[in-house]
This record gives sequence, C-alpha cells and structure tokens, in this order.
Amino acid sequence: MGSLNTIVGVSLVYVAFLFAVAFAAERAAKKGRGNWLNWPVVYTLSLSIYCTAWTFYGAVGYAARSGLEYLTIYIGPSLVLFGWWWGLRRMVRIGRTQRITSIADMISSRYGKSNFLAIAVTLLAVIGTTPYIALQLQSVTTSFAVFAGTGSDQVDLTATALWVAAGLAIFTILFGTRTLDSNERHYGVVMAIAVEAIVKLFALLAVGVFVVWGIADGPADILTRIESSEISTWQIKGGRWAGLIFLSAAALLCLPRMFQVMVVENENEDHLRTASWAFPAYLMIMSLFVVPIAVVGLDLLPAGSNPDLFVLTIPLATGNESLAMLSFLGGFSSATSMVIVASLALATMVSNHVVMPIWLSATGAGGASVSGDVRSVVIQSRRLSIAAVLVLGYLYYRLSGGGSALASIGLISFAGVAQFLPCLLGGIFWRGANRNGAIAGLAVGFILWAYCLLLPSFGTGTFLSAEVMENGLFGLAWLRPQALFGISGLDPLIHAVLWSISLNTFAFFVVSICGIPSPIERLQGAQFVNVFEHSSRAPTWTDGTAKSEDLMVMAQRILGAREAQRVFEREANRQGIPGLLPEPDADFLQVLERELAGSVGAATAHAMIGQIVGGASVSVQDLMAVANETAQIMEYSSQLEVKSDELSRTARQLGRANEKLLQVSDQKDEFLSQISHELRTPMTSIRAFSEILRDNDRLSNREKRKYSGIINTEAVRLTRLLDDLLDLSVLENGQITLDQGRASLREVIEASLDAALNHTEVKLKVIRSRRDEEIMLDTDLDRLSQVFINLIRNAQKYCDADQPELQIHTYESDGVVTVDFIDNGTPIPDGAQEIIFHKFSRVNPQKAGGAGLGLAICREVMHRLGGEVSYLPGQGSTAFRVTLPQQLKIAAQ
Amino acid sequence: MSKRVLLIEDEPNIIEAISFILSRAGWDVVTHSNGHDAIEAVQNRQPDVVILDVMLPGRSGYEILTDLRAQDETASLPVLMLTARGQTKDREMAERVGASLFMTKPFSNGEVLDAVNQLVGA
Repeated sequence: MGSLNTIVGVSLVYVAFLFAVAFAAERAAKKGRGNWLNWPVVYTLSLSIYCTAWTFYGAVGYAARSGLEYLTIYIGPSLVLFGWWWGLRRMVRIGRTQRITSIADMISSRYGKSNFLAIAVTLLAVIGTTPYIALQLQSVTTSFAVFAGTGSDQVDLTATALWVAAGLAIFTILFGTRTLDSNERHYGVVMAIAVEAIVKLFALLAVGVFVVWGIADGPADILTRIESSEISTWQIKGGRWAGLIFLSAAALLCLPRMFQVMVVENENEDHLRTASWAFPAYLMIMSLFVVPIAVVGLDLLPAGSNPDLFVLTIPLATGNESLAMLSFLGGFSSATSMVIVASLALATMVSNHVVMPIWLSATGAGGASVSGDVRSVVIQSRRLSIAAVLVLGYLYYRLSGGGSALASIGLISFAGVAQFLPCLLGGIFWRGANRNGAIAGLAVGFILWAYCLLLPSFGTGTFLSAEVMENGLFGLAWLRPQALFGISGLDPLIHAVLWSISLNTFAFFVVSICGIPSPIERLQGAQFVNVFEHSSRAPTWTDGTAKSEDLMVMAQRILGAREAQRVFEREANRQGIPGLLPEPDADFLQVLERELAGSVGAATAHAMIGQIVGGASVSVQDLMAVANETAQIMEYSSQLEVKSDELSRTARQLGRANEKLLQVSDQKDEFLSQISHELRTPMTSIRAFSEILRDNDRLSNREKRKYSGIINTEAVRLTRLLDDLLDLSVLENGQITLDQGRASLREVIEASLDAALNHTEVKLKVIRSRRDEEIMLDTDLDRLSQVFINLIRNAQKYCDADQPELQIHTYESDGVVTVDFIDNGTPIPDGAQEIIFHKFSRVNPQKAGGAGLGLAICREVMHRLGGEVSYLPGQGSTAFRVTLPQQLKIAAQ
Repeated sequence: MSKRVLLIEDEPNIIEAISFILSRAGWDVVTHSNGHDAIEAVQNRQPDVVILDVMLPGRSGYEILTDLRAQDETASLPVLMLTARGQTKDREMAERVGASLFMTKPFSNGEVLDAVNQLVGA
C-alpha cells in the first residue's frame, strides 16, 4: 500500500500544481499581463484534450487488439485541422461574432434561437458525454488500482472514483465559474489543460523511449519484434477505416469539449493557422510509440494482461517506479483535462439552455418581486450543473460496472455527438437549412444511434432483449438493431454510424427543403453562411462595461435616447459612478426591466435583459438586427402598398379624366360640326336666292316675292339659331340671373298658350283644367313660360294626328308642381326619348323649323329652376313632364 | 336632248334654288329628298349627274355613295357631294367613298353649274 500512498501524494501535489498554474493564469489575465496566454501554442495544446485517457491508455490496447486501426482516431482530426482549416475558421468566426457559448448555442442560434433545439442538443450532448466522463473516472481509478495492486477491490475503487469526481468538480467549479464572463473564456482552465497536454505527451514519450531503448535494443529490434508479433498480421478493413476516420473527424467538430476549446476559448482566429499543423504534429508524436509499447507489452507481460494498461504496467513490471509514476500522471492529466473541459462545456449548456430559462420563467411570473442578482443565479446554476454532470458520470461508472473495454465506449460516444454534424455544417453552409430540418435530423440520428449502438452496448438483455437483437423490434426482421433494413454482415459500429448519419442527413435536408424558415432563421442563416461578409474583422470580446453599453443601446432603441440616458444616469448616480454607464447589478437591471416593460411588455423586457446579462445566448446586435429588419420590412411593404394604391388610384383618375377629355373633345367637334351645319344650311338658301334675284332680271313679281320671302325666312331662322345658341351658352355657364316673380300656374300656362299658338294656321285643341291650375308659383315666370311655349310649339309642329290635341295636366304635391303635356301624336321611340334633349337633335328634320336646340334649352332652364323636364313614356302618344318646386330657392341654383 | 341631273337633298329651299339654277341652264332636274330609297331613285331616273347631300334623313350621303360605287351600272356615275359641314375630315370622307366632286355649302350658283357641266363634259 506504500506505493498507493505515494501515488495519492503525488496526485495531490500535481493537482496543487495545476491549481497554481490556473490561478497564476487567471491573475495574469486579470492584470493584463498574460500575453503568453494568447500564444497559439497554448491554443494548440488546449486542443489536445481530444487525447483523453482513452487515447493515452486505450490506444496501446487498441493497437494490441486491432493493429494500426488506432491511427484512424488520429487521422480524422488531423485531416480536419490540416485540410479543412477554412471551415474551422468559419466556425470560429461565427462563434465570435454571434457570441456563441457552446455547440448547443451554436445550433440553436443558427436555427432561429430555438430554445427547444438548444435543450435537445444539450440533453443529447449530456447523454453522449456522460459515458465518456465515466470512462475517464474508470481509467483514473483503474490506474490507482494498478499501483495499489488491488485491481479487484471494488469498494476501494468506487471510493476512489468518487473522490476523483469530487476533486474534479471542485477544480472545474473553482476555475470554470470564477467569473461570469459573457464571452466564456477561462484562462486558468485553458492554461492548466495546456500544461497537462505537455505532461501527457512527455509521459507517453518517456515510456516509449524506455520501451525502445530500455527494454528493446533500439528501433531495429522493435521492428523485428513487430514483424514477429500478431499485430503485423492484422489487415486494414477499408470500410471500417473510412468509417472510423469519418467518426473521429466528426467528433472533433461536434464534441462539446472540443467546441469549447476550439471555438469558445479561441482568442484569435490566426491561432487556427498554427494549430492546423501543430495539432496534427502533436497527435503524430502521441501515436509514435503506441505500437512499440503494445508489442513489447505483449511480449513482456503474462498472457491475459489488460493491454489498455500496458503504459503503466510495463514500467511497473520492470521495476521502474518513477517512470510508472510519470506515466500515471500522464494518464491522470488526460483524464482530468477532458473531464474538466467536458463538464464545463456541458454545464454551460445545461445552465444557459435548461436551468436559466426555467428560472427565468419561474421567477419572471412574479414580475417586480424578482430579487437577487441574476448573475449569481447564473453562476450557481453553472456550479450545480458541473456537479450534476460529474455525478451523472460517476453514476454511469457505478452502473456500468466499469467492465467494458475503454475504446468501445469512446467510439459510441463519438458516434452520438457526430449526429450534430449535419445540422451544424448545414447551418454554416446552407441558408435553406431550417429549424424543423435540424430537429428532424437530430431526432432520426439519435434514435438510430441509441437503438443500434448505445442500447446494445449495455449488453444483450440489459435494455434490448436477445429476442429483439435476434429478430428485431416487434419481431420485424428489418428492425434488427445491428442489421437494419436487412443489411447484415456490417461491423456493428459502422452499421450504426452509416444508418444514423445518412438518415439524419436525409431527414435534415428533406424537412428543410419542405419547410419555410422563419424571419429570424433567415436572418441568422444569412449571418452564419455569410459570416465573412458580415464581419470584416473579428470583433473583440466585450467586458462588463460593454454589457452596460449594450443595455444602453437597447434601452435607447426602446425608450428613446433621452429617457434611456436619464434612467442610466440616475442609476449610475445611485451607484456612485460618474457618467452614464452604471454597473449592471441586480437593482439596476430590475429598474431597467421595469422601464422597458412599459414599452415592450414584461415578458419581452425580461427576456431581452436576461439575454444580454445571462450568458448571452442572443446578442443585442441580433435583437437589434431582427427588430430593425422587421421594422424595415414592415415599413417598406406598407410604403409599397400605399404607393401602389396611390398609383392605381391616380391611374384610374387619369383614365377617367382622359376618357372625359376625349368625350369632351368629341362633343366639341360634334358641336362645332352641328353649328356649322345649322348655320350653313340657311345661308346656302339665302346666298342662292340672293344671287338668283341679282342675276335674273326677268323674274316675275310672284317669283321675286317668293324668293325674297325665302331669304327672309332663312334669315329669321339664322337669327333664332344664334339667339338659341347664346341662350344655351348663358344657361350652361350658369350666368343667368333669375327674375323671381309670383303668379298662379294658370296664368303662366295661359300666357304660354297665347304666345305659342297665336298667328298659326294649324289649330291645336288644348284640353286643360283651370281649377287644377290654381297653384301659386314663386319662380322665374318668364323662363318657365319659355319652357312651356317650347313644349306647346313642339306639339303643334310635330303632332301627326288628324285631329291634333294637347292635354295639360297639373297637380301639386309636397311643394313640387308637376305639369304634363300630352298630345295624341305618334310616341317617340324608346331609343330617341333621351336623345331629343341633346343639342341639335331632331326627331323629324323635315318639319324642323329650329336648330334642335329647343329641348336642350328647356332642360337647362328647368335645372336652373330646381326642376326637371323629361319625356313621359307609356302614354300611347308623345308626352312631356315638367316638375319644379313651388317655391324657388335661390340658394338651390 | 338635255342632260339629266338628280338632286338628292332634304332642304326644300335649297332644292328650289338648285332646281332653278340648273333648269335655267338647260338641265333636266329631278329631285329626291330622303336617304331611304335614294339608290332606287338613281336606278329609276337614270341621271347623267347626281348631286348628293351628306345629311339626309334615313341614310347618310356617304352610305348611299358607297353603295352606288359598289354597283357596276353606277360605279363611274359622276357624283357631286354637298355638305354643310365644312371640316377637312368631311372632305376626306367624301373622297374615300368615291365622290367625283365635293362642295361645301354655301356655294355660289355659278360654282354648282360649272361643277355639273364639268362632270358631264369630262
């Protein structure tokens, strides 16, 4: 047990050293003296958490079992870093511009900041990572056990595992949650894992050198030993190699801990440039002595020894305690660095996407009663999450019994997180990718992964019965976990990866194509896919003051600049800080939230502040961008709508105006043409007969009289025409002055009959009732008489009955007087009943004495008198109706 | 044997005036005063010249002339068109339908006489 005490002591000293390193790094960073923290080499070394205890111990075991296949685990990441440098740079740039805090944040942020997606990814990451953490605990405890020589003492082992887990939790909590920095950088942790990276590399190299030159006689001897060992008989299986390389490459991108060190902790994009060659080099050196150690171990140690522990057992077996100690520290470093970063990454996800939303909605309901520092809540939830993740890992370790070979768990875990790959890459490179597609792909991928790989890994009978393994779920042969769709004979791991990843990708694409992304998804999609256009320069991480500035920017947008500045100044004064930017403490946030709630509602205000202060899953710029874009789109579209309405209205108006102009123009042409005709016709007769009278001396007196008479008649006709035209023009322009007088309707009718029928040869019989006509009128009597005369003359002129007669009916009702003129002639045909009121229209031109202006003038006159004259159909003869108000209202003209 | 002119015109005073002038010059003047059966009048009276007013009751002078020009017997019959509308488009219309001469009212008596003489003399 002495060596166990020694190893515990060494471990504690080593841990203390790590604490010191982390503490020094934190202090240096805080004082701004930590330039060396930003060296690309530190970044590269931090990436080495990819090499966990599984790689440190397991690679040798892997080589002992499967030959060079262990190399695939190194080839995949090397290919990605070396060959896909530009893609990683894109990821890092997006991570920094969008202030991404984890892979769950990355995916949810891309797909419209979907919290559902964030929670899903978080849970899946926890499921995928927990076995891996258990694996590290197991490797540490096993290595303890090897030193103690009590390899089978389970009680001791579980106790050790518990202590290790607790120690790791404390370290992670101390250095992972010291500060709540929205950019999620942890200098202490990064520095510590960089140191651990050196320790594990050095330890493995030391064992390797010892094996090659200490036990064997140099490289040549090793080569001959390899030739003679069974490792050399091992052959490359192409499919499995390709599958494993793909898997490890995917894991580098998707593992939460790798995302943490590669994207979240990245200080400078250019570090990737160094890492692109330095990290593959690191991996190559790590893998250099794996085969020699495996071969020598197989030679040296008794058959049945666990090859996973050769790195430890070879030095121990050869009595080289201090080398074994170094080797132990290497393995310890590998395990602890992985657990620290993984639990930190998971805790960030759990805290940001599960705990905080729950806390916000739980306390947010209380509105103003919210008390306490949001930041302290975040830190507490982080700490709890770290502890919870480690407890989960420990429980998994206890439950799984630590029995299965290390490597298989590692690969299962890889395959699990590799399910993030389609929606992660799709989100970065394809704008058409949407949230539903991501959810569908993840769901399909994880269900297949769990069914084909995870559940069977617990052994037949644990979760899946032998019946299911043999005959498929529900007895359906095509649902056999290791031979889906009837394709059997594949390696179970490759089978699971092939189906889960390909169907995941398929579901992701198909659902994305079928759906329409929401506005915020489109916005985020554009910012992710075109990240290099959107950010000409990678922005620097912001500090606490910038957070206040962010709040200020947001508050100004919502409250207006003056009001926001007033609030901020008041709060800064209260805190005793000069200027406009108070510390974002709980009281200030509460005040600000209340102010904002007045404008945008409590829930939104809460979410907005929570998002800025509580770990920034959505940045202010994003909110602004969304708000601006939405506002712009709405404004633009409403402007467009108004414009197009306006345009079509204007177009309609123009169309109507044009139509009217054309009509007016046509009417004017027609009118001029008519006037010309009406003037030229009498003038033709006058000219012709005046020439006849002038040129013919021998005309009889009768002829002379007749022709002179014609000239006279035509001259009168011309005069009347001109009178009518002038009268009509005056009436139409509304320039007449009405001469209001008072008389009975009877008097007006009698005067009109007298004027119309005097001196005419044709006798028109007039039938009327004087009694009915005793209606007093107050109107322009002369104008009314003009209308009556016109109607009576028309009857006299055009009535074609043998015994022409005219009935005049009158009555009054509600102050409206109606006068009907009904003769016994042929009725005017339907089509002409309205036309006769048009200028120059005549029903029977041959009998026309006038120019066809009579009725047009009548209509104008009646309009002036506030009444109407119209044809009265249905009388079996020609009939006109005149209506007018008994009392003319001057104002009504 | 004197030449026959058919005057298709609805204004009684103008009929009288033109009849007087042309009769004095030795023309055999026949008249017709509506558009409805003007074509039949032309066919029945077999005139050497037609004087055709545009504004006629029933049918316009343009329609009548169009029909006359469409028939073989009257396709080349000399026609003098009279109109009281003095606009350019009326003259164009008359030319289009095939008027031999076109005259705007009011005209001098000498002009009408010259016109009909020219139409038969040519």
